[in-house]
Amino acid sequence: MALVSNKVGEKPWTRRLWVAFFLGPHLLGMLAFLVIPILASLVLSYAEWDLLTPARWVGLDNYAALLSSPDFWDALKHTFYFIVGYLPLVLVLGLGLALLMNQKLRGRIIFRAIFFMPVVSAWVAVALLWKWLLNPRYGLVNWLLSLVGIEGPGWIFDPNWAMPSIILASVWKDLGFVMLLLLAGLQAISTDYYEAASLDGAAGWRMLRSITIPLLSPTIFFVVVISLVNSFQVFDQVYVMTAGGPAGSSQVLVGEIVNNAFRYSRFGYASAMSWVLFALIFLVTLVQLWLQKRTVHYQ
Amino acid sequence: MEPRFRILRPLMGLVASLMLALVVVACGDNTATTAVTTAAATTAAAATTAAPAATTAAAAATTAAPAVTTAAAATTAAATTAAAATSAATTAAASGAPVTITYFTFSAAPDHLKDLDAMIKAFNVVNPNITVKVETAPYDTYFTKLQTLVASNTAPDVYELNYENFVSYASKGVLKDLTQLAAADKSFESSVFYPRAYGAFQQGGKQYGLPESFSDVVLYYNKDLFDKAGVAYPNDNWTWKDEIAAAQKITDAKAGVWGTYQPVQFFEFYKMIAQNGGAMFDASGKPTLNSPQNVEALKFMLDKFNTLKVSPGEADLTSQPDADTALFKAGKLAMWRTGIWMFGSVKDVPFKWDIALEPGNTTKAHQFFSNGVVVSNKTEKADAAWKWIKFFTSSTEAAKIRVAASWELPALSNQSLFDEYLKQTPPASRQIVFKALETAVPPPVIERQSELQDIVTKELAKAKLGQVTAQQALDNLQPQVAKLLQPK
Repeated sequence: MALVSNKVGEKPWTRRLWVAFFLGPHLLGMLAFLVIPILASLVLSYAEWDLLTPARWVGLDNYAALLSSPDFWDALKHTFYFIVGYLPLVLVLGLGLALLMNQKLRGRIIFRAIFFMPVVSAWVAVALLWKWLLNPRYGLVNWLLSLVGIEGPGWIFDPNWAMPSIILASVWKDLGFVMLLLLAGLQAISTDYYEAASLDGAAGWRMLRSITIPLLSPTIFFVVVISLVNSFQVFDQVYVMTAGGPAGSSQVLVGEIVNNAFRYSRFGYASAMSWVLFALIFLVTLVQLWLQKRTVHYQ
Repeated sequence: MEPRFRILRPLMGLVASLMLALVVVACGDNTATTAVTTAAATTAAAATTAAPAATTAAAAATTAAPAVTTAAAATTAAATTAAAATSAATTAAASGAPVTITYFTFSAAPDHLKDLDAMIKAFNVVNPNITVKVETAPYDTYFTKLQTLVASNTAPDVYELNYENFVSYASKGVLKDLTQLAAADKSFESSVFYPRAYGAFQQGGKQYGLPESFSDVVLYYNKDLFDKAGVAYPNDNWTWKDEIAAAQKITDAKAGVWGTYQPVQFFEFYKMIAQNGGAMFDASGKPTLNSPQNVEALKFMLDKFNTLKVSPGEADLTSQPDADTALFKAGKLAMWRTGIWMFGSVKDVPFKWDIALEPGNTTKAHQFFSNGVVVSNKTEKADAAWKWIKFFTSSTEAAKIRVAASWELPALSNQSLFDEYLKQTPPASRQIVFKALETAVPPPVIERQSELQDIVTKELAKAKLGQVTAQQALDNLQPQVAKLLQPK
């Protein structure tokens, strides 16, 4: 700021006014719909409020109730199940796809666009599509399986298969996003490294392990951070595909939060749950930052 | 600013004043403001990497809010024309200063807005000075919107509540006690209402609402399938045993024909246990989820799928939202417990069908649902509100419009109002709709109703999946429901 304002030849306060003027609407919106609600939810997490009657201060009761609620622990378990299933799959497949799309293939621009298409589609539409694909009786997936003699499972209607179904749909949708980021990372790697390595006799797998992955590690790290935060907040696809069912077998944390707030009118309890989720994400991100120092190589 | 950019300064001023103008204009119109600011919030959210989960809830709140559609139904124009049409003498006494009340409804939109309009027109004939402004929201978002309105002290003067939600609103003290208004109104007779429906909107001896409509659940049956299997049609004396015997004869798994079907969820469960002499709560309100009668009833519900195999399982239905409707319409389901609101949907099927009383076990019981209208305790227009709800729920004019439109049924005891309804076929035995009322059982309702419904349905789903037995499911439910009843 100081750098520029010296050049301007305007009084600093007029400049500040302009800055405030242009940032104002955005900041106001952010204040009204983000900062204030977040702070309010922190206060609210120590109260019981059903919107209809005045809020009542309950101290740490909400947090205590949370920790003793089997539904919360189930939701947490299912959220971790989702992460453990989704994250490695989307990373490995995304990396594979990025490497493939980085080759000099004919029509690779078109392929890239096709792979990116699910990313820009609305989750509701994608989830509905997968609901049809995975329909045990009339769905395409079980029909294909039947061609090779496999009797497909009940997918979203089977408590053991509901979460894998959601993971499958999520990987399919987010693959393009991961591919795109990794592709950008790949293209930023200077060809010098590859030339030098090939002079030393490296090729194929060795090249990937010793050159590509280390040099790609900042991008991979970024993808992991983003994907992890997003997958802690997984909700849309669950809501549309299974609504947490069957028999609660795919209910996730945000699903619990939404139910408690907007179905059961327990805004205090839902706020407490939101903050526990925040703390979790925060902790995991800290661990990641710590790991970053050991595993990520910057050029 | 660098010298070469100086030329942009007037332009910046222009852009700035444009934005200012936009903000001013937007402030005049609420929806626009929300749209603008929400967009801002979304970008902000996207920019933050580790946005705390609280934002998700906040975002959900903002998305839920604009879902409301406003339909200004009764216009002042309608009111004035109506006023001109009536004899001035009678209306002059009734009319006072012009007053506008808001009416918030979920059941009118989208199919019955015209009918509601017609009722308001008829209302304005006798009350030309009262304008009823209609606001609607779909059922899914209605209660979120309503809560927000009540919380922000902008509750509509009159709003619609179904019986299940009524209890929680009444006990939170946000509804106007109508007892006085009813007593003061010489032309009001509570006996015009069907007593059970009128009583449903009372709490602690006070009348907090008037019943607007009712519906119940009966047994639909496919006559052709019964004929083909050579089985006698269901009659009033049928029990569960008769249902099973018929279902076993009719079921033909190879042809995909099933004997009977009912979903395994809260509302079916409360009725089935009532048919077996059970209940979720005893007279003092203590939970009795795992009573032997209840266990037996649940076991019966599950056996139809599991051991008897006379009902289509998950794989056959694939739980599509209307799979049971589709199955019945396709002529592949002989008996189907469902609501009278399905008459319209199945009226054009290519086979003969009718309805009967539901088979009971130790006793008869039928589900009973009712919507009512209530007045906000914050309204300053209680008199006008009272006139409207009285007209809307109990006038012959409104009732006739409702019956003609098949917009559920008015909760009135005067049977002659239903002549038109009873004449329509199919089903031929429409009087069953009213006969079922003799053994109607309203759903059990507690303050934390949605939670009750969800946990019961979830535990029943586990039992249906075979994860727990009927006994275990209800044993698990007993303490969970008890916990819901504890003061928070």
